[in-house]
Amino acid sequence: MESVTSPANIELRKTPLNALHRRSGAKMVNFDGWDMPVEYPSSGGLIAEHKAVRNSVGVFDVSHMGDIRIRAGRKAGGALTAVQHLCMNDASRLQIGQAHYSAMLYPEGTFVDDVIVHRLADDDFLLVINAGTREKDINWVRENTKSFDCVVEELSDAYTQLAIQGPRAVDVLQKLTDANLSRIKNYWFTHGTVCGLKNILIARTGYTGEDGFEIYVPSDRATSEEVWAKVIEAGREFGIVPCGLGARNTLRLEAKMALYGHEISQKINVWEAGLDRYCKMEKSDFIGRAALERARAAGLTRMLVGLEMIDRGIARDEYRVCNEAGETVGVVTSGSPSPTLGKNIALAYVPPALAAVGTVVFVEIRTQKCKAQVVPTPFYKRPKKAAAPQTAKTV
Amino acid sequence: MAYPAQYRYTKEHEWIELKGDVATVGITDYAQHELGDVVFVELPKAGTKTLAGKSFGTVESVKAVSEIYSPVAGEVVEVNTALHDSPEKINTDPHGAAWLIRIRIANPAEIAGLMDAASYEAFIADKSKEASA
Repeated sequence: MESVTSPANIELRKTPLNALHRRSGAKMVNFDGWDMPVEYPSSGGLIAEHKAVRNSVGVFDVSHMGDIRIRAGRKAGGALTAVQHLCMNDASRLQIGQAHYSAMLYPEGTFVDDVIVHRLADDDFLLVINAGTREKDINWVRENTKSFDCVVEELSDAYTQLAIQGPRAVDVLQKLTDANLSRIKNYWFTHGTVCGLKNILIARTGYTGEDGFEIYVPSDRATSEEVWAKVIEAGREFGIVPCGLGARNTLRLEAKMALYGHEISQKINVWEAGLDRYCKMEKSDFIGRAALERARAAGLTRMLVGLEMIDRGIARDEYRVCNEAGETVGVVTSGSPSPTLGKNIALAYVPPALAAVGTVVFVEIRTQKCKAQVVPTPFYKRPKKAAAPQTAKTV
Repeated sequence: MAYPAQYRYTKEHEWIELKGDVATVGITDYAQHELGDVVFVELPKAGTKTLAGKSFGTVESVKAVSEIYSPVAGEVVEVNTALHDSPEKINTDPHGAAWLIRIRIANPAEIAGLMDAASYEAFIADKSKEASA
């Protein structure tokens, strides 16, 4: 067999927790130029990590994610105008303390990157961006906000970002903070003391399809390792495990959350990706809007759908989707066994004529045509809680 | 996990045990550990010809697909079809119950070119050093 782990490479970038991951025996891989844990044998491996997040709680080092702050310039209003110009969702609808999913688009209506926009203050925003697109994104933001009265700061290396995810995440984090987490709704955030550190950003966000929090702590190694250790200690009674990017990928795939370079890219537009509800055409103009109007009028040639394999076989990224005659009709963007469902699932682009639930298509796996069918997405939706969190508390 | 002394090993992390002119082939404990949770195997049918160094099947973890290479030339005489329903056995018993195929080998001398257990253990120790450097 071929080795699946890439050798250590001094060129790779490291998060402040890199040494800790290596000490704990994590399997490391090159992810978009970062030396990152893909799974922890000490946690029982990828499937155990995945199930811990679905059933209880897991913690991820996601410090490779980038952060861009856009705040007011000389006069108020410039930052909001800039964010509205850069991003497809309507940031004017955000209250202070609220966040939403959005994306920066090229003039063609395709993706520069998807982002989480946090409204820190009236005219002060934090954009959380992908690791592999950091440089491109910061250059894009600087280039396209030149004419606006705002200040752009890259804060990517200022934070160690931990994602505490799963139904018991709230119980774990509550032990470590004075903030009342029950008052933070999904996609809201606050600032509070965490592990004795003041003014820490605590957001009820994540990339797992599960309840959970992301916290942003100072990125020096000592602080980062101390917070990580305290989260593990606080989570012990709930069976917390460290989780790698392998479980992060299967969790987000089950929840049909897009991964840049797969479901979304410079070649795929918003309508194709099915992200319509995060794109507010009726707000003020933004980069990509005109192209999206034209694309909408022209109609779709491909759509993102969920597939479930009927035949034995695992669809993988970039495998061909074909019809019964063997003609290529589409492509798999992400494919994997689903640890929650016990089935082999995939996301794929297919023509609208083949996008209806129940449609049978074939995935070419090595030399074989394997039968699959279009299924509803997301593949997994978390059960609704009996008592939903109360009204939100803003900072 | 110990590497049985009566087996021979390849640089691609397969093991082979020869009895008479029939060899049993599997992947090593190191290989299953590198792969992680094995969720799928694809094996040839009995009667398939194998060539030394050529792929005869695949083992898949959640994350990755790995080709398995035949250590020797021959003909497949038996396939461990039980692995289709319980591929995770490859993680728990890679050197025993989770053997993959049996081959009637063309040239028993081919085995001599493979590593013995001590050489293989030295080989993987080097690899681990590389990975944690």
